[in-house]
Amino acid sequence: MTLDFARRVEVALRLNGHDLTTVVSPRTTLLDWLRDDIGLTGTKKGCNEGACGTCTVLVDGQRMNGCLTLVVQCAGRAVTTVEGLAGADGELHPVQRAFAEFDAFQCGYCTPGQLLSAVACIAEGHATDDASVREWMSGNICRCSSYPQITAAVLAAAHGRGQR
Amino acid sequence: MRDFAYARAVTAESAVGTLGDAGTSVLAGGTELLNWFRLGIAAADRVVDIGGLDELHGIDREGDDLRIGALATLTQIGEHPLVTGIAGALASACLQAASAQVRNRATIGGNVLQRTRCPYFRAEEPVPWPCNKRDRGSGCASVAGRHERQAIFGWTPDCVAVQPSDPAVALAALDARAEVLGPAGPRTIPMREFHLTQREAAVLGEPMRENRLEPDELITGYRLPVTTDGQAYLKVRERASYEYALVSAAAAVRLDGDRIAAARVALGSVAQRPWRLAGAEAELPGTALTREALMPVIERAMSEAAPLPQNGFKVTMARNAAVRALLMAGSAR
Repeated sequence: MTLDFARRVEVALRLNGHDLTTVVSPRTTLLDWLRDDIGLTGTKKGCNEGACGTCTVLVDGQRMNGCLTLVVQCAGRAVTTVEGLAGADGELHPVQRAFAEFDAFQCGYCTPGQLLSAVACIAEGHATDDASVREWMSGNICRCSSYPQITAAVLAAAHGRGQR
Repeated sequence: MRDFAYARAVTAESAVGTLGDAGTSVLAGGTELLNWFRLGIAAADRVVDIGGLDELHGIDREGDDLRIGALATLTQIGEHPLVTGIAGALASACLQAASAQVRNRATIGGNVLQRTRCPYFRAEEPVPWPCNKRDRGSGCASVAGRHERQAIFGWTPDCVAVQPSDPAVALAALDARAEVLGPAGPRTIPMREFHLTQREAAVLGEPMRENRLEPDELITGYRLPVTTDGQAYLKVRERASYEYALVSAAAAVRLDGDRIAAARVALGSVAQRPWRLAGAEAELPGTALTREALMPVIERAMSEAAPLPQNGFKVTMARNAAVRALLMAGSAR
């Protein structure tokens, strides 16, 4: 069987609850597409090689590095970015509230990735104690070293605290 | 990243059919391939995406084998009850690899094909120093430069790199076989022979070859013989999480009372392939499961190590890791 190789590919996916169709060059990463084509700049570019986690997004609910994912690999999938976390009325997600309450950032550059990773970490059932959160959040680097506050915020959100 | 043309495979055969062209790369998870493209380690004109092939997914028990599809992610393998029950060392190796984000994308087919983390090798092109893997015949900057993380077995002056995969070490220790598909049909490759040391590659007349997979072959899955041996995977690294191993050890142990009936042990990040301690495995039956009894056996197996000036510590560290992994495996059931 012969396959047809294409230099432009149409991809239908769901982004933050909205269905859309896009045409991309196959080399386009999810990260670059979100920032440059769609204009959702909440997802940040750090190392661009999968080492820092600042581009973390959810694909079908699973956390992944946007820089290591091609848009063409997201066909038929649901992508959630930091812009999709808050409710339609702007009400912050419980994890966002917890990060604010526990001062879980300084410069904030890694925060979008930390938030998405935390949402997944909690959903996976890995936010049980300090050591577990540190292990399962290790894919998100914070150069300001807000790790104690991030750990506290993740645990608080997991246990339904951090909601005023 | 250079532009490339893209197609989705519809069957494994359809993917293999495109690989006769050297300019075609296979895309599974993409966690390694995209970085190769960025650095210039690989440059493909065409990429064939196998991610949608259902036939390459799945983790199942088939008779006396545990079968793991090539597209199973490290997360899926690490958390699957069949794997934790039958191949605990592999489950542990998968969950100690990379980060949660990477493990959600990285597949077990691609994982064993990842290339060394040698910083001289992982430079963006044009590579500013000699590296025989990047530019054949240019030399090895690591031998003359920094090499504290490099090989202690099987290296040559042309290259001293190690294979960094965690799962590969467990697969070698557990006598897994890779199922591969090529133009002539399927075949299997034992995982303890899958990778090549630099010395083995030189003997084959292809000094920079890193494994026995042919360029037009695709890994479709793995088979592991079902076992009740206690197992462990020990990873020694410079930080507690999300770091490559300095050394690692996978072990499987069957006990008879408080003595070893049979044991298998493989070291990781000490050579360009997982390093089974075959000599020690032959000696271990009848040995008591104590640090004192195991140490001299492993010590003898390490006597063939040939450390470089900066990595003598890895001989001691690997010896201790092997002993600890055996003790952990023996206590695991």
